[in-house]
Amino acid sequence: MNSPAINIKPFGVHSVLIEWPHEVSEHILETIIGFQTYIRLNMFTEKDWEMVPSYNSLLLVNRKMTIDFEKISKDINVGYSKLKESEKPERYLWRLPVSYDLEFGLDLDEVAKKLNKSIPEIIAMHTGTTYTVYGIGFLPGFMYLGGLLKDLEVPRKATPRLKVVKGAVGIAGKQAGIYPQESPGGWNIIGNCSVPIFDASKENPCFVNVGDKIEFYQISRAEYDLHKIEAEVGIYKPEKIKLNA
Amino acid sequence: MLKVLKAGFYTTVQDSGRFHFRNKGVPVSGVMDEMTVFKVNSLLENEVSAAVLEITMTGPTLMFEEETYMALGGAEMSATLNNLPIQNYKVYQIEVGDILSFGRLDKGFRSYLGVRGGFTSKEILGSRSFYKPITKVNRLCDNDVVPFIYNKLFQPKISEIKVDSFLDDYKLEVSKGPEFYLLTDRHLEEIFSKSFTVAHENNRMAYQIKETISSHEMSMLTSATLPGTVQLTPAGKLIVLMKDGQTTGGYPRILQLSDKAICILAQKRGGDRVSFKLV
Repeated sequence: MNSPAINIKPFGVHSVLIEWPHEVSEHILETIIGFQTYIRLNMFTEKDWEMVPSYNSLLLVNRKMTIDFEKISKDINVGYSKLKESEKPERYLWRLPVSYDLEFGLDLDEVAKKLNKSIPEIIAMHTGTTYTVYGIGFLPGFMYLGGLLKDLEVPRKATPRLKVVKGAVGIAGKQAGIYPQESPGGWNIIGNCSVPIFDASKENPCFVNVGDKIEFYQISRAEYDLHKIEAEVGIYKPEKIKLNA
Repeated sequence: MLKVLKAGFYTTVQDSGRFHFRNKGVPVSGVMDEMTVFKVNSLLENEVSAAVLEITMTGPTLMFEEETYMALGGAEMSATLNNLPIQNYKVYQIEVGDILSFGRLDKGFRSYLGVRGGFTSKEILGSRSFYKPITKVNRLCDNDVVPFIYNKLFQPKISEIKVDSFLDDYKLEVSKGPEFYLLTDRHLEEIFSKSFTVAHENNRMAYQIKETISSHEMSMLTSATLPGTVQLTPAGKLIVLMKDGQTTGGYPRILQLSDKAICILAQKRGGDRVSFKLV
């Protein structure tokens, strides 16, 4: 299969944006992650380069350099033509524990009523699918997850909450996610994830990368409390499975 | 140590920024007005990345608990050292117990205080810049202390510089953003033919523009943003992302401010006028 076409755009003097076709697609995302790895290993290896992948684009930025757009476009096109489909980037599936206790699942009841389902059915749908991390942004560690089941689509709340707690698991429209820290938010909250998604005290503050996969599994309130204690003392490790292995 | 007697409106520690975590959603943060801080740090013969205090609108009252050398730059805030007026862009020798305070804001919006060697508060993810929740707090409060290294032996090569102030500049040089091509002729006319008012909704994350332009129905997938990216909301509102701005966004990125334009805008407050100039 051929790599999808790219379009390279200047974005200020310190960065360029590489765009793929405007669609949410596993194949495009995998190509972007693969090209990101290729660029880091073979093209822009100096530490001043940063890359931000998201859905159908990859930003390359070097704050210390004024980029020669013509030259970099040429280099990117040459590099992209050398990218091989067979070179699969490292990606992981993370299995994240969620308590759907009603103390956390503030909107579970309402969501169940709106969708004409029972709460166990809602939980089964939420845990019964694999999500793809299409982007990380908005807040540190906030994942844009694709893959929510169509039957679980429910509009965002008419009035956003001023305060959504850290770890809150939410759904809104086609989107699913976890609030990595306390913030205002308009998503329907159905549970709470006991694993901290973002921890600024760690050298790598967020274990998830764009392109990874996420699955949720249900835990009891007691297990949730235990995980919290384990996370507090830093011994809890989320379950991780290598993809493309 | 520098002791904060009164914190002022919004005083933070900032350095050149927090890099290499944008792909995890962490804003770069760092000083809003890099050009001014470059001058302040140069006067003190500091590294470009040395941390300074960013002082917004209403200045703090600060007491030095160690000897050092200091310089101010940026907004004109009627600063005094032990009640005697002092100037921007001039190195002052500091004795233990000296008190720096600020008066009326005459021009600009953000003032910068540098000390010899820079402030040495804790680095988190490679930067001292305040940004909650990466740092525990988002601004200094009364009675906080900010560490720096005692320094008595500094002999500045230059003790004072005259600067070309850009505090009166209002033209923001911009280049085309990734979604510029989606703009209609009407949008272009609206953006480039008149000046705009800085809204009161402005902070380290973003500056909003008061006047709206034509609404639109352009849609895009969430994609990376930068400090200085101008977003256009469907309702026609212009939002300029600044140093604490989110790293990705879903609104069309129609323009990108130059590095200098970011500094010019960082010195504006609600009610000031700005215009965009495409280069």
